[in-house]
Amino acid sequence: MRPSTVSRDHGGMNVIEVTDLKKRYGSHAAVDGVSFSVEEGEIFGILGPNGAGKTTTVESIAGIRTPDGGTIRVLGLDPQRDRDRLRAIVGVQLQESELPDRMTVAEAVELFASFYAEAADPTRLIDDLGLTEKRDTQYRRLSGGQKQRLSIALALVGQPKVAILDELSTGLDPQARRETWKLIESIRDRGVTVLLVTHLMEEAERLADRVAVIDGGRIVAIDTPAGIISRVSAEQKLRFRPSAPIEDRLLTDLPEVTSIKRAGPVLVVSGTGNLIGAVTSVLAQHQVVANDLRVEQTNLDDAYLTLTANTAKELS
Amino acid sequence: MNAIRALILSESRLLLRDPISWIAAVVLPAAILLIFGSIFAPHRPDPALGGLRWIDTFAPSLVVIATATLAIQTLPIRLATYREKGILRRLSTTPARPASLLVAQLVIYSATAILGLVLLVVAGKVAFDIPLPANPIGYVAAFGLGLAALLTIGLLVAAVAPSAGVATGIAVPLFFVVMLLGGVYLPRVLLPDVLLTIGEFSPPGVQGLQDAWLGAAPKLLPLGILAAITVVGGAISSRVFRWQ
Repeated sequence: MRPSTVSRDHGGMNVIEVTDLKKRYGSHAAVDGVSFSVEEGEIFGILGPNGAGKTTTVESIAGIRTPDGGTIRVLGLDPQRDRDRLRAIVGVQLQESELPDRMTVAEAVELFASFYAEAADPTRLIDDLGLTEKRDTQYRRLSGGQKQRLSIALALVGQPKVAILDELSTGLDPQARRETWKLIESIRDRGVTVLLVTHLMEEAERLADRVAVIDGGRIVAIDTPAGIISRVSAEQKLRFRPSAPIEDRLLTDLPEVTSIKRAGPVLVVSGTGNLIGAVTSVLAQHQVVANDLRVEQTNLDDAYLTLTANTAKELS
Repeated sequence: MNAIRALILSESRLLLRDPISWIAAVVLPAAILLIFGSIFAPHRPDPALGGLRWIDTFAPSLVVIATATLAIQTLPIRLATYREKGILRRLSTTPARPASLLVAQLVIYSATAILGLVLLVVAGKVAFDIPLPANPIGYVAAFGLGLAALLTIGLLVAAVAPSAGVATGIAVPLFFVVMLLGGVYLPRVLLPDVLLTIGEFSPPGVQGLQDAWLGAAPKLLPLGILAAITVVGGAISSRVFRWQ
């Protein structure tokens, strides 16, 4: 599948432009011709399996890896040539990056604030990230979620125009993950453009305005999460236990239904369009009740697996 | 500059919260002098030492504890840990270059070593009437060059060690060698000639420290070698140092 062209329907300016990015490690092409652009104020997700080249891509954008080919522009700056200017406007949250064990939350935020000409107010930032109670707690005594929030605080303390967040919710419990997501939305609300690397579909679906799916160092799709889902399939599935026997034909005759399957007492009806309405009205006409009715729609997870499975086949 | 100042402050705080390394550097040299001096009668001049007391010749060696602890152990192990934890990499995404952290550490460890030296000199003077370094300029030169050369070796260890574990594995035996050659475990008068000669030239150049303390000018060749180690080693470590 070819990467789609970027939609420009909200007419924003491109904050990040990556063209034909390439990076090899030995004989392995980690990134093999990746191109995309990120508009101002957008949350742009980079999605892909482990080893797909996500981290290499964003670390090249952050200027801490030197690409072998292609060009990168962040607000017009070349991450290699304009390192110093780039660092002042891009906040980065890296994977597997810790702090000294005995440094407290407030000390870390104040230290990082001192690196920037126009830093955020540390006290307020700590408060915004819900870390006020932990201000004087040393890094080694923070929970995983608190460490992650501190790491995000450090990425934001320089009041960046662009925030690069790599796998920010890995290892968090669901509660902490949801809080982190709210935080990311609030970052975007401040006008910061966010580049978000993740391998969690739920995270991309919830947060990202657009998503690039990377696999084997290449982009397999760029679209909104909904667009990516619809590319793969618009199919829905209904799963229920009919209260009385019903003939297959009554359902398969419906234009919305594409197939039905029986699994013991459970009936699985696949189809498109207003599937629920069509099926339930037929059932009602025959005085059949759909017990334990569940609707399953294709989600980003399914779409993602289909997209990345395709390339896995192409490559082998 | 602002970043370096903030890093010096922050790293000093972290050093203070990790008492083992600064106690070893600041307190231990003076403490050992006081303990040994009160166990072995320090007041009898020894003709074999040119009429000096043994403690007069032992004191100059003790400053090796301070410089070796900080330069050979604390510096490389801490830097390797910072690299392993991704702290250096994290710094490299901010306008503060990770080299600022290195500068901050060198400043702090030098200051701490000087503190250990001052405490040692004062303790020697007060408890055993050991004279203050009689050739202060020579002493400052010998101490400064010796410390610089040791810090350079520590940086080289930090530069090549792929992990904090390996850094520790290199630093610990190296520390013992430096301490042995410096005459900390055994007063230098008791060391075989070959070790004595090596110790004269190897960082921190303890013979020069001893000469300058006792009033002679430190020899130029050992000082030159210390300076060469600093320059060459510094150049090598700046080339091979890995930030990630």
